[in-house]
Amino acid sequence: MKKRCNRHSRLPVAITLLTLLFLYLPLVMVAIASFNASKYGGVWTGFSLKWYKALFKSREIWNALTNTLFIAFISTFFSTLLGTLSALALYRSKNRFKAIYHALIYTPLVVPDILMGISMLLLFVTTFSACGTWFQSVFGIELELGMTTIIIAHITFCMSYVAMVVLGRLQEFDHSLVEAAYDLGASGLYTFFHVTLPVILPGVIAGALFAFTLSIDDFVITFFVKGAGDTTLPIYIQSTMRHGSPAILNALSVIFLILTFILVFTTQKLLSNKTETHK
Amino acid sequence: MKKSSFTNFFLGLPSFVWLVVFYAFPILIVLLLAFRPPDSNGGIGTGWTLQTLRELRNPSYPAIIWRTFWQGLVSTAVCIAVAVPISYQLSRTSSQKLRNTILLLIIVPFWTNFLIRIYAWRIFLHPEGAFKHLLVLIGVIPESTGLLYNQWAVLTVMIYTYIPFAVLPIYAISEKFDFSLMEAAKDLGASSFYAFRKIYLPGISKGIWTAVMVVLIPAFGAYLIPDLVGGSTSELIGDKIAQRVFVDRNLPHASALSALLMLGVFVPLILVSCLRKFQLKNQKKAEFMK
Repeated sequence: MKKRCNRHSRLPVAITLLTLLFLYLPLVMVAIASFNASKYGGVWTGFSLKWYKALFKSREIWNALTNTLFIAFISTFFSTLLGTLSALALYRSKNRFKAIYHALIYTPLVVPDILMGISMLLLFVTTFSACGTWFQSVFGIELELGMTTIIIAHITFCMSYVAMVVLGRLQEFDHSLVEAAYDLGASGLYTFFHVTLPVILPGVIAGALFAFTLSIDDFVITFFVKGAGDTTLPIYIQSTMRHGSPAILNALSVIFLILTFILVFTTQKLLSNKTETHK
Repeated sequence: MKKSSFTNFFLGLPSFVWLVVFYAFPILIVLLLAFRPPDSNGGIGTGWTLQTLRELRNPSYPAIIWRTFWQGLVSTAVCIAVAVPISYQLSRTSSQKLRNTILLLIIVPFWTNFLIRIYAWRIFLHPEGAFKHLLVLIGVIPESTGLLYNQWAVLTVMIYTYIPFAVLPIYAISEKFDFSLMEAAKDLGASSFYAFRKIYLPGISKGIWTAVMVVLIPAFGAYLIPDLVGGSTSELIGDKIAQRVFVDRNLPHASALSALLMLGVFVPLILVSCLRKFQLKNQKKAEFMK
């Protein structure tokens, strides 16, 4: 690169630094507050780990955490499967149908959470009232909002993210490799498992990590489709924030931040491998 | 290649069916239920009516719709105004390592639990918090001013939430931008700012459009932010939908409001995609003419 720094405006640097400050200042304040012995964050009354201890002892939090992880694992598995298949289909299809399919997969990425939440709630409510009694008389199970409806909702919104990530990976991959495999007499399945899958695997794993993070993160959609007694971590955080003492939330936030950092770092590593191996 | 389109059909089928049943069909239900009356146990009554739509003429709604609209626009504008210089700076940073680090720092808050980010702001803007004390100390605000529970808090947290949404698509395009074009313009006597405006900005317009979509549309549906850091005078449409569902359990009314919000979502979506198609066509035509 040529030397041209002296002709550059400093403004973009300043904006970047200020934005980073803006992004991290509130988080840093929470991290500091989490070690504060005082119940109310205003005054520093000494270093303490008591909020972390309280966190690990809280029954409610463990319960919410187990639910959250249960939902996240199941919905990650199914959304990764469905999302990867749809990315493969999107990548290969060339007919008119593609535009509709494309819109079906991509619009959930931008549709506000609240619309997804309410539309799924209404789907469940209307289906349950239409065939709930029939279902109970035949299968003996009462249809109601609960873990199942939460998982269905999570699979739905995670799928599109997986499809997007895997498709991105597919588009960078050299299709002539597949043709070469065919020319050498490999079957479709053999080619898929020995050529396509190894190439897209980092994308699939990154997609699964995205799905996992999104599922753990979701409040709005879960809030709409959950049953009366179901709590996940975000639901717990929200209800604690509205009533009760939130000092314990500082410690929870710090743990969340650290976990997110690790997850994002791993995902980024997986996605940036492509530049080293394929270019 | 008949066989290939056959396998393709089966690859796409499960996700297609899933999305039709759990995404497209529910949206249709929302639109239909707006024409149904509510029943007394919080369910959906029988028969069809226009009464629910008439109830949208509630005198408090125009102000809420207007607020949703302008807060969405302002937060989008601010996010783009910040994201463009950041992307510019990032793509000009020659050290790959520094670039990745900054990018990672921008992405982490984006993936941090949404509620925790809102919680962090509630702590940050708390009346007993250090930031408030500091502002009072330097005399920027009087002791009585509350930083939380007003529309400025809502706007700040919305901008905070959506900045990474804006940076990612703009940076993705900016990264591929050929900066020698700007050097050429400068060699021909253009000022830095002129080159930035006339060459860089048009060059990354695709990223800017994507950023507008991914910020504006979720911003229209914001519900949790105004609910947790806003006051009664900073409610948005999303809050009203949630109230109709959880407080007075009037599902048809909630559907009618959601249908309204859907208009606000799908109209810009269709508009921008048409605009892009039109641009692409023109570009192709122009290339063909050459």
